[in-house]
Amino acid sequence: MKLIDFAPVVAGLALLALWEGLTRALEVPSVILPPPSAIFLALSHRADILLPAAGVTLGLALVALAISIGLGIGTALLFAKVPILERGLAPYALVLQATPIVAIAPLVIIWSGIENPRRAILILAVIVTVFPVLTAALAGLKAVDKGLDRLFVLHRATGLQRFIRLELPTALPFLIAGIKTAAGLSLVGVVVAEFVAGTGATGGLSWRLVEAGNRLETATMFAALFLLAAMGLILYAVLDRIEIAFRR
Amino acid sequence: MMVPAPEVQLKVEDAIVRFGELHALGPISLNVAAGECVVLLGPSGCGKSTLLSVLAGLQDLASGQASRGADTKPPGFVFQEPNLMPWASACDNVALPLALAGYDRGEQTASARRALDAVDMLSFANAKPSALSGGMAMRVALARALVHKPSALLLDEPFGAIDELGRRALNDLVHRTKVNANLAILFVTHSVEEAVYMGDVILVLSPRPGKIIANIEIPNSARDEAFLLSPDFGKYVTRVRRALADATAGTS
Repeated sequence: MKLIDFAPVVAGLALLALWEGLTRALEVPSVILPPPSAIFLALSHRADILLPAAGVTLGLALVALAISIGLGIGTALLFAKVPILERGLAPYALVLQATPIVAIAPLVIIWSGIENPRRAILILAVIVTVFPVLTAALAGLKAVDKGLDRLFVLHRATGLQRFIRLELPTALPFLIAGIKTAAGLSLVGVVVAEFVAGTGATGGLSWRLVEAGNRLETATMFAALFLLAAMGLILYAVLDRIEIAFRR
Repeated sequence: MMVPAPEVQLKVEDAIVRFGELHALGPISLNVAAGECVVLLGPSGCGKSTLLSVLAGLQDLASGQASRGADTKPPGFVFQEPNLMPWASACDNVALPLALAGYDRGEQTASARRALDAVDMLSFANAKPSALSGGMAMRVALARALVHKPSALLLDEPFGAIDELGRRALNDLVHRTKVNANLAILFVTHSVEEAVYMGDVILVLSPRPGKIIANIEIPNSARDEAFLLSPDFGKYVTRVRRALADATAGTS
């Protein structure tokens, strides 16, 4: 197996070169579209501000993801064991999932206290992140093979044996796929929540993005965007590796 | 079959199974003694697999009785599909009945490896099911069905999807196990040749609700190439096929 596929690397470098060449040749003002070289310069000059901010955003996203994994799996287990709860609550969960997070944000900020933006951001990010985990875990718990199920009944497995040896391993691939989706959404949730909270109190990356925008530092804005994209990719890659390790 | 009577391991008396309004099986009565292989043949949907489920305790009776001998262990059961856990090695799959019965890990592994050796699969002990062919997966399923040393084995068309040579090898393996472990076997198949090759008794069932309409005894105890090529084998095949045709036509 090839360790790295070079095709996207080559395509990315070619695109950057084209971007650099066109912005220079057409003399595009840096405030509208800075060339990649200016963006990387901004990234290195502003690293002392951008990297800690990225750390804050990533930290919030990871905490939101961890809470969502716990909450999602717990709720899925409850729904799987008590089907009437799922039937009763699933439509309302769908309503919450379908409502844009931007619309809920002001309410959550008021409820969690204006002075506590970190809590509000976490709640909003969890609202976005928990559903992929919940639906994947629930689908996994329901995907138990009928034949294996009969085998476990034949050998008089206890509820706990059934859960550990049959339901959990069956649900795991579903769960990891759900967590992969949730990881990307956790970053989106935190960034949107930071925007809506409209405060620099947490010092996250989206606040730096807004700040740079206000100062018309377009290259710094791109540098912040680059960091966000890089964090999303790294999260995805780590979970992808975990998924592959489980499949072996 | 009269004297000396070996211990009856599987017993069904006037059993009737209903799925709601549907009368699926019976009334039916049969005995399978230790060291005996009884084959069930009959049209699709006549309740053969349901009868196995009844004896395994996986299906309730509407009326009648089903019982197993003095053995309190669950019977071995090989389903139509291997039904292996895809995340576990062949060895861990085979060890499952022992793990569920609370045996310690060392004992599980040792017994599972012995069972895998008996079906010529020891070299694949660490392989995941995805790395096994259909025939190999079925051997692992057979090892799993026998690992806890049950006194009865239920086989639900286990070798239907396997090629002729592989099927012969597995049939011989089941026959040897029956003789060596004095197993009571109830074997469901659609193949008349397999039924004659494996069965000490062949029971032909009517269309749903399945009732026994023919009871054919095969006294030859040797199961080998000579039996397969003998005029007797052909004679039994013809007799069973005729009974099956009668059953399918519903004329019996």
